[in-house]
Amino acid sequence: MNKPRKTAQETQAIVAQSLRRRYWAERRFRAYGLTAIVAALTFLVYLFFVIFSNGMGAFRQTQVRVDVFYDPAFIDPAGTRRTEDLQAADYQALIRASLKKKFPDVEGRAATRELTKLVSSSAAFSLQKQVVADPTLIGKTDTEWLLASDAVDLLTKGHIDRALPEAERPLSDQQLAWVDKLRGEGALALKFNKTFLSNGDSREPENAGILGAVVGSFLTLLLTLLWSFPIGVASAVYLEEFARKNRWTDIIEVNINNLAAVPSIVFGLLGLAVFIGFFGLPRSAPLVGAMVLTLLTLPTIIIASRAALKAVPPSIREAALGMGASKIQMVTHHVLPLAMPGMLTGTIIGMARALGESAPLLMIGMVAFIVDIPKGVTDASTVLPVQIYLWSDSPERGFVEKTSGAIIVLLAFLVVMNTTAVILRKRFERRW
Amino acid sequence: MEAAQVEERAGINLKPSGRQAETTDLQPPIEAGKTVGNIEVEDPIFRCRDVDVYYGEKHAIKKVGVDIGKNQVLAMIGPSGCGKSTFLRCLNRMNDTIPNARVVGSIVLDGKDIHDKKQDVVQLRARVGMVFQKPNPFPKSIYENVAYGPRIHGLAGDRVELDEIVHNSLLRAGLWEEVKDRLQHPGTSLSGGQQQRLCIARTIAVNPEVILMDEPCSALDPIATARIEDLMEELRQSYAIVIVTHSMQQAARVSQRTAYFHLGDLIEVGETDRIFTNPRHKLTEDYITGRFG
Repeated sequence: MNKPRKTAQETQAIVAQSLRRRYWAERRFRAYGLTAIVAALTFLVYLFFVIFSNGMGAFRQTQVRVDVFYDPAFIDPAGTRRTEDLQAADYQALIRASLKKKFPDVEGRAATRELTKLVSSSAAFSLQKQVVADPTLIGKTDTEWLLASDAVDLLTKGHIDRALPEAERPLSDQQLAWVDKLRGEGALALKFNKTFLSNGDSREPENAGILGAVVGSFLTLLLTLLWSFPIGVASAVYLEEFARKNRWTDIIEVNINNLAAVPSIVFGLLGLAVFIGFFGLPRSAPLVGAMVLTLLTLPTIIIASRAALKAVPPSIREAALGMGASKIQMVTHHVLPLAMPGMLTGTIIGMARALGESAPLLMIGMVAFIVDIPKGVTDASTVLPVQIYLWSDSPERGFVEKTSGAIIVLLAFLVVMNTTAVILRKRFERRW
Repeated sequence: MEAAQVEERAGINLKPSGRQAETTDLQPPIEAGKTVGNIEVEDPIFRCRDVDVYYGEKHAIKKVGVDIGKNQVLAMIGPSGCGKSTFLRCLNRMNDTIPNARVVGSIVLDGKDIHDKKQDVVQLRARVGMVFQKPNPFPKSIYENVAYGPRIHGLAGDRVELDEIVHNSLLRAGLWEEVKDRLQHPGTSLSGGQQQRLCIARTIAVNPEVILMDEPCSALDPIATARIEDLMEELRQSYAIVIVTHSMQQAARVSQRTAYFHLGDLIEVGETDRIFTNPRHKLTEDYITGRFG
C-alpha cells in the first residue's frame, strides 16, 4: 500500500517520455487542421473558378451593327408624330429592311425570316424607344448596334459546334455564312451587356436581366432588417435584463431555440396561411417575403443578442446601478453599447441567411415569372436565389451563363451587404 | 493514508485539529441578535435592527443590528462567507438585483426605512454610493466616468458646472494631478489603483452621504492601498464610510469602529482600538489573533 516515493530523476524520466507523445499529438492535430483548411480553400477556389468562368459571359453580349434608315413610310406614314402612332409602328420591318440592304441577294419570305432571326426580337423595342424619345431621327439613317439573337450569341461565345449536322444546330448553314460575313466586316462584336443589369426577367435569354431580382432582394432584405433587428434586440434585452426567470421564460427560451432549427419552408407555409390567406396581403410581394424572412431570422438574432448581453461583465451593471442609474439607463448607457458588436454579428449571420433563402419565398409566390422591375414593396417581385433557381430550370442554352451570372451578382450583393455591416460594427466597437 | 500525507505536507488542515476543537468548546454560545459590545452610536446616519437576509433557503445573515455613525469609518471584518458583503449590499439595496434574495428587518437611513414603499431605490443609491472590490470604471473616458452620475441625476446645470464637479471629484479622490492632461483617455487605461480612485471620484461626484466600500484594496498593491487609505481618512470628514476588508491591519488603520461577523452573525461591535486590544468574544479574539479565518 505504501509505495516508496519516486525520486526527482524518476519523475523527470516519466515526464520526458510523455513529452514526445504530447508533442506528437499536437503536431498531428495541426496537420489535421491545415489539411482541412487547404481542402476547404481548394473547393472554394474551384467553385469560384467554375462560377466565374461560366458566368462572366453573361456580362458580355453579341451585338450586330446595322445602318438603320428610319423610314417615315414605316414609322409614321400619316406624319402625325404622335407618341401613340410612333409606338404602334412596325419596327421589325425597319430592321428587316436594314438587314436586307446589307444582304441584297436574299430573296423570298423564308430566307428573309432566317435573316431577321439573327437579331433579337427585342431590338425592335430598343429602336421604338429611341424614336419615341427623339422623333427627329425619322427620315435619317443611323448606325445602330442591335442585340443579336441568343443563337448568334452562343455561336460567338463558342457554345455551338459547327461540325454538327444542320438539323441539330440552332443556326442553319446559310445563317452561319451570314454571321461569318458580318464578323468579317467587323459588324459583329461582343459588347458589355447592359441589358443583363438593367432588365427584368424574360423568356428570351439575350433579353433577360437581373435587375428585377436585385431590386426585389434589396426591398425584401431592407424590410427584414428594419423589422428583425429592433424586434430581436428588444426581445433579447427584455428576456435577459428585465424578465423574471421562471417557468414561462424557460419555455420561451426553449421555443426560441427550437424556432432557429425549424426548416425554412415551414415559415413559408406559415406566411402563406397567415399573411396571404388570413390577412389577404398581396402575393409575390417583398412585403410578405420580408415578413416571412423576419420570422426566420428573429431566433438567430435573439440568440446571438442574448449571448452578447450575457458576455457583458456584471461589474459594469453593478457600477451603473451603484451610481443610481435606473435599470433602463443601465441598459441603454452601458450594456447595449458593449453588446452591440455581438448583436450586429448575429444580425449579419441572420441577414446572410435571409438573402440566400428561396424555399420559404416559393411558398408565398415569389417564384412567379415577373418581367417588371418592382417599384414598391407591394409589387410582384422575385429575389436573387429564386431567380437563379428559375433560370437554372430553363431549357434554353443561353440561360446557363445567365444562371452563373446571377450567382455572381448574388455573391457581390452578399459581399456589399456584409462589408457594410462589418464597417458599421467597427464603428460601434469600443476601442478599449 | 496517502491523502493525509499530502495534506500534512501542504500544511492544509481539512479536519478540525485538537486545538481548534478545544476553542469551539470554550466559546460562548452564539445567539442570533446577541451582539457583544455597543451597537449604538449617537446621531447615527444608518440604524439597522434585526436584519435577516435569505438567499433562497440559505439564511445568509441573522438578526444583525448596528448603527453607522456620521463622519466615521465602520470596518466590517470576518472570515470569507460570513455575510459582511451581504450586509453591506443591503445598505443600498444592491441585493435587490439578486434573484431569490430576501431582506427583512429595519434599515433606517436618516429616520426613513429604506425598504419603505415611498423610498425610491434610484434615489437611495444616489445617497449611498458604492465602491466595488474590483475596479470597474465604465468603458468610457475618464471625464465621462466621473460626469456620468451628475449627468443622469441632472446635478449640473451646464457644461461649466459639470467640468467643475469633475474637477473637484478627481481632486478629492487624489487623482487630478495624474489625469488632468488626459481626461479624454479611456478610464480602463489607468492602473488598478488609479482605476479604483477613479471609481471613488465617480462615487463622490454625486455627493452621497454614505460610501460603501467592498474590499476596495484587495486587488491593489500596498502603495495604491496606502493612497486609498489616506483618501478614506480625508473623505471621512464629509461622509460616513462602511468598508468590508480582509486585512485586519487595514481595519485597524482606517476605521473608528469595527464589526466582526461570523457565519452570518454579528459577533462583536465596538471602538476599533478596543476590539483589537481587548476583544470580549472568544471568536473575535481567535480571528484577530490569526487563529483562523
